[in-house]
Amino acid sequence: MSEMSYRDAIRAAMMEEMDRDANVLIMGEDIGIYEGTFRITAGMLKKYGPKRVIDTPIAEAGMVGTAVGMAMLGLRPIVEMMTVNFAIVAADQILNHAAKIRYFSGGQVDIPIVIRGPHGAGVQLSAQHSQSFESFYAHFPGIKVVAPGSPADAKGLLKTAIRGKDPVMFLESAALYGMKGEVPDDPEYTVPFGQSRLAREGRDATIVSWGRMLQLSLIVAEKLAKDENIELEVVDLRCLRPLDMEPVYASVSKTHRGVVVQEQWKPFGPGAEISASINERMFDELDAPVARVTGEDVPMPYARNLELLATPHEEQVIAAVKRVMYRE
Amino acid sequence: MAKQKSEASTAVADAAACAPEWTEILRQMIFIRRFEEATEREFRRGKIGGYLHVYSGQEAVCVGILGATKKNDMVFAGYRDHAHALVLGSDPGKVMAELFGKATGVSKGKGGSMHLFDVEHGFYGGYGIVGGHLTLATGAAYAVRYNPSDRIVVCYFGDGAMNIGSFHEAMNMAGLWGKQGMCPILFVIENNGYAMGTAVERHSALTDLAARVNAYSIPSEKVDAQDVFAVRGVADRVISKMRQDGKPYCIEAITYRFSGHGAADILQPYRSKDEVEQHKHRDPILILHNRLSEMCGLKDEDVKRFEDEAAERVAAAVKFAEESPVPEPAELFNDVVAEHGPRPVAEDVHE
Repeated sequence: MSEMSYRDAIRAAMMEEMDRDANVLIMGEDIGIYEGTFRITAGMLKKYGPKRVIDTPIAEAGMVGTAVGMAMLGLRPIVEMMTVNFAIVAADQILNHAAKIRYFSGGQVDIPIVIRGPHGAGVQLSAQHSQSFESFYAHFPGIKVVAPGSPADAKGLLKTAIRGKDPVMFLESAALYGMKGEVPDDPEYTVPFGQSRLAREGRDATIVSWGRMLQLSLIVAEKLAKDENIELEVVDLRCLRPLDMEPVYASVSKTHRGVVVQEQWKPFGPGAEISASINERMFDELDAPVARVTGEDVPMPYARNLELLATPHEEQVIAAVKRVMYRE
Repeated sequence: MAKQKSEASTAVADAAACAPEWTEILRQMIFIRRFEEATEREFRRGKIGGYLHVYSGQEAVCVGILGATKKNDMVFAGYRDHAHALVLGSDPGKVMAELFGKATGVSKGKGGSMHLFDVEHGFYGGYGIVGGHLTLATGAAYAVRYNPSDRIVVCYFGDGAMNIGSFHEAMNMAGLWGKQGMCPILFVIENNGYAMGTAVERHSALTDLAARVNAYSIPSEKVDAQDVFAVRGVADRVISKMRQDGKPYCIEAITYRFSGHGAADILQPYRSKDEVEQHKHRDPILILHNRLSEMCGLKDEDVKRFEDEAAERVAAAVKFAEESPVPEPAELFNDVVAEHGPRPVAEDVHE
């Protein structure tokens, strides 16, 4: 184990995999000479050279499309999006090509491509650079959607993504890049997809979250334990697709109460899917309707005070927990 | 087939012009035409669903260029893709079965007319989003040089694909990577005069399509693509160069489609019947037929034999497709992803 930042864990995952497999390469805007807007790729061009660390033009459809073509021929490209917001410029390449070629070809090719980059709000980048896209991508069959909430998961999940055979949207929380945590050093350490994790044991209510909101949920859980003797159980989904709901069901069976905390807008978001799944599976076991804490239904504002109001905060999570416990 | 004065091409020397290969090419072009006519019949019979885009009139583009490729080369195409699969060696029965939505189809009946796919024969797909596959093909061309080889990629697209963003992004990246010898891709503009029903003059600010790619540092030339000799001559020359230098090249193949854009394009309000009839005088099969008759002594009975063979092979393909089973219901859930999570997709649906 080493203490490592979320940012360094991502870099370590990529470099270990590039050392392990000569067919792994990375491409993106200003990732080479400039070393990346968020400095995730610092030092990589020097170590691996321009054939494997490709500075591309500002052309997301071109980046993703060429990566899909490379992947069809056995390479394992990682595409860094300067921010995941820009990936919607490549939506046709991701959703109409990467996610569908295996199916419409009857399984003739693998598409091992990882599209990764900073995602979500919290660093005052305003409307076009602060969006959350979990449900947007997770809606589509044929693609995997991963959202690590800790440095160890960032490393382990990214290595699984790179070694896989399917296209992966790897959504990094921009606001967590500086977060530190214990990360295994073993180069064979990976975290499998589709295994939600019990992040905190409790008894009174279940919080379901992932990515940056996982950290918020854990902070709230500690606070409520200390101040109000409420013990929250927290489930970290880690992957939105494939989605492992079993630990959620197990936890709700115990607590009979659920709260989903997501940064994304409420309408048609992951919380709706999770809440509906709980209802379908275990309606009779619920003591209260599943609550959702979400970002406000507005484009992200720039002003710091407004941005804070637009993204979920502690008070909202606490209020939701009390609501499902009828403690308002 | 009515004869007409043939047009001499200087692309191939006379002796080579009578090589047996050209007779084989004629046979192949006749087969493709009859295959496509059969698909139109089967569409009208309700055996083929969805969209159906046939290749009649454009055969020389596909046959002329792919004749210059080797077994390990890779081909990407748009949705007018039946000929490409057939020329690369896909089994005609499996191609027809794909159009019929049968389990024996090249893509297990899950792609249909627009998504023929046969990796074993180097066919990396027909694609249904105009221009989208250009970026894929460009990446494939990088990949064949990443682990050094002399393989090349051929990417076909229509004139209508040249106005969408992914065309420009692919061209620019191919031009850039070509400077390092990392992008041996042959872009083939199948300029049949129309983007669906919109004529080139109405969809492209610069109608010299070959010239447009020069802006991305990619050399190009035009070829009369009703003349398979001319197409093949250009393809032989540029492909052997590309294998050496790893750089992209573009051929604007000027051609014409005799059928509608798709099987539903019956009225064709964008062009006159007279225009279509005029172009039929320049049918690529007719041009090759006449040339081989006049210069190489091809006999009418030879051509009759090719026609009979084509009819038989097409009938066999239709019979195979018709008699093949539809996909099993469980096939619905296969090939969504390679590696499922804890719960396969099917369980979600059936629980």
